[in-house]
Amino acid sequence: MAMTTPGPVRVAFWHAAVFKRLWVTNVLASIIQPLLYLLGLGVGVGSLVNRTSRATDVLGGVSYVAYISPALMVTTAMALASTESLWPIMSGFIWKRSYHGIAATPLGAGDIVGGHALWMAARCVVAAGAVAFVLAFFPEARDWGLIPGVPVAALTGIAFAMPLMAFSILRKNDVGFAAMNRFVIIPLFLFGGAFYPISQLPTWTQVIVKFLPLWHGVELARAFTVGDIGGSASLGHVVVLLCWTIGGSVLSYRFMRRRLYV
Amino acid sequence: MSQPLVSARGLVKRYGDFVAVDDIDFDVERGEAFGFLGPNGAGKSTTMRMIGCVSPPSAGTLQLFGMEAATQGRQIRARLGVVPQLDTLDTELSVMENLVVYGRYFDIPRAECRRRAKELLEFVQLSDRADSVVDNLSGGMKRRLSITRSLINEPDLLLLDEPTTGLDPQARHVLWDRLYRLKHDGVTLIITTHYMDEAEQLCDRLVVMDGGRIVASGSPRSLIEEHSSREVLELRFTLDGEVDRGSDITGIGERIEVLPDRTLVYADDGEAALAAVHARGVQPISSLVRRSSLEDVFLHLTGRTLVD
Repeated sequence: MAMTTPGPVRVAFWHAAVFKRLWVTNVLASIIQPLLYLLGLGVGVGSLVNRTSRATDVLGGVSYVAYISPALMVTTAMALASTESLWPIMSGFIWKRSYHGIAATPLGAGDIVGGHALWMAARCVVAAGAVAFVLAFFPEARDWGLIPGVPVAALTGIAFAMPLMAFSILRKNDVGFAAMNRFVIIPLFLFGGAFYPISQLPTWTQVIVKFLPLWHGVELARAFTVGDIGGSASLGHVVVLLCWTIGGSVLSYRFMRRRLYV
Repeated sequence: MSQPLVSARGLVKRYGDFVAVDDIDFDVERGEAFGFLGPNGAGKSTTMRMIGCVSPPSAGTLQLFGMEAATQGRQIRARLGVVPQLDTLDTELSVMENLVVYGRYFDIPRAECRRRAKELLEFVQLSDRADSVVDNLSGGMKRRLSITRSLINEPDLLLLDEPTTGLDPQARHVLWDRLYRLKHDGVTLIITTHYMDEAEQLCDRLVVMDGGRIVASGSPRSLIEEHSSREVLELRFTLDGEVDRGSDITGIGERIEVLPDRTLVYADDGEAALAAVHARGVQPISSLVRRSSLEDVFLHLTGRTLVD
């Protein structure tokens, strides 16, 4: 009996084949942006923050560079998975129609959605891994805790990818995508606990931030580097990230089925 | 006991209040080339999507290879080759990569994909373009690649939705030639088209669709014999004579159709009809006698032309 390759893996192979031509630029871009933040904010803001003991207390007793390093891995994954779950989904339906091509084979909506999740996880592992590699060159940032930060970043990535995929499947054109980027993803990058503790924010902002996946990913990755992992808080973060991933996947599957097989 | 490869009974497709396909029956036998002929919006592509198991029927039954389209879509799709109306190729990949990626969807081992791809590219005369990026291919070559891709799983049935729409005449003839060979190799084809010459060239049997219904069915020849005269006299008049050009020749031939640009006189002897027109003192600026075609069948059945 011949081994069969699971459908989502076959779809992920398609993503990989298309990506093959672009991977160097993409991986470099994934490294350069966090590196700029590390240098710009870590050195600039860090030199101010590290001067006061009160600020260091708020950060949990670590240097500013050490504070933002795990967060940079997670925000990199979020940014990557988000953009890859907006325009490329529209392309699959309208511009290149690849999803319609797949729908005509024995594969179906579940394989396309599963393939996207697998592919996003793989991309995030590579991108966050590359960031971790670069961070390891900075003594202040270097920490074994960055390694488990890679799967945390990947989980955060698909916790964004899947609900955004569901959103994109419902869209008839790309009008809402730039707004999603500008009003959800970028604000979350700024207010999601990556560069300062969200305790500094008004309560209502904290409620929103705690509802969305980024803060949970950032806190979980940071718990590994500051040695605060394992409590009920960590478990809570994992649960929230899984809820977004699973909820987004289920909706994506239902919407995908409805849009492809009409 | 040989059952038809495809069998539809009372097939209906509704989108809300709109009925795209309205209660149609048809059978497709193994080894034949079966056509759906009709204008845009006749329901051909919707029917094709139902046969391809990407559109669940609203009512009626549809069976392929003895399986139910509504519930066994995956198993059926594994045995189909589909050439969609709009290409779904990966334009940034090479010809060979496209074929391997697509073959993998059917879980065909990569080495086997490459072996089949080489053979098929030979067949569609694209061997020398195996490493070209699809973006750089001409429209006709892309269509040929779409056909190649649809054959990668060695399908029992090939579905071609408007295979030559948008191609120049030369590219169309190359494509027809390849499809003709496939047919001779015993591949069962289902083709939708709004080109009557395509239907006449390729189809053993066809149904004429209009407004979601089947208005006639049979071989191209039998349809012409049944619904049209042997010959057609085409007359063109000056713009001045346009108003009552039809009435001037009333009674000549079996039937007269007045189109915006020409008048058609259906008669078994076109030359005799032309002589009769001249005898009445009517002077068209040009005239042409030709054999009846499926276009005339469609005009007769629906009062409209296929391509408008």
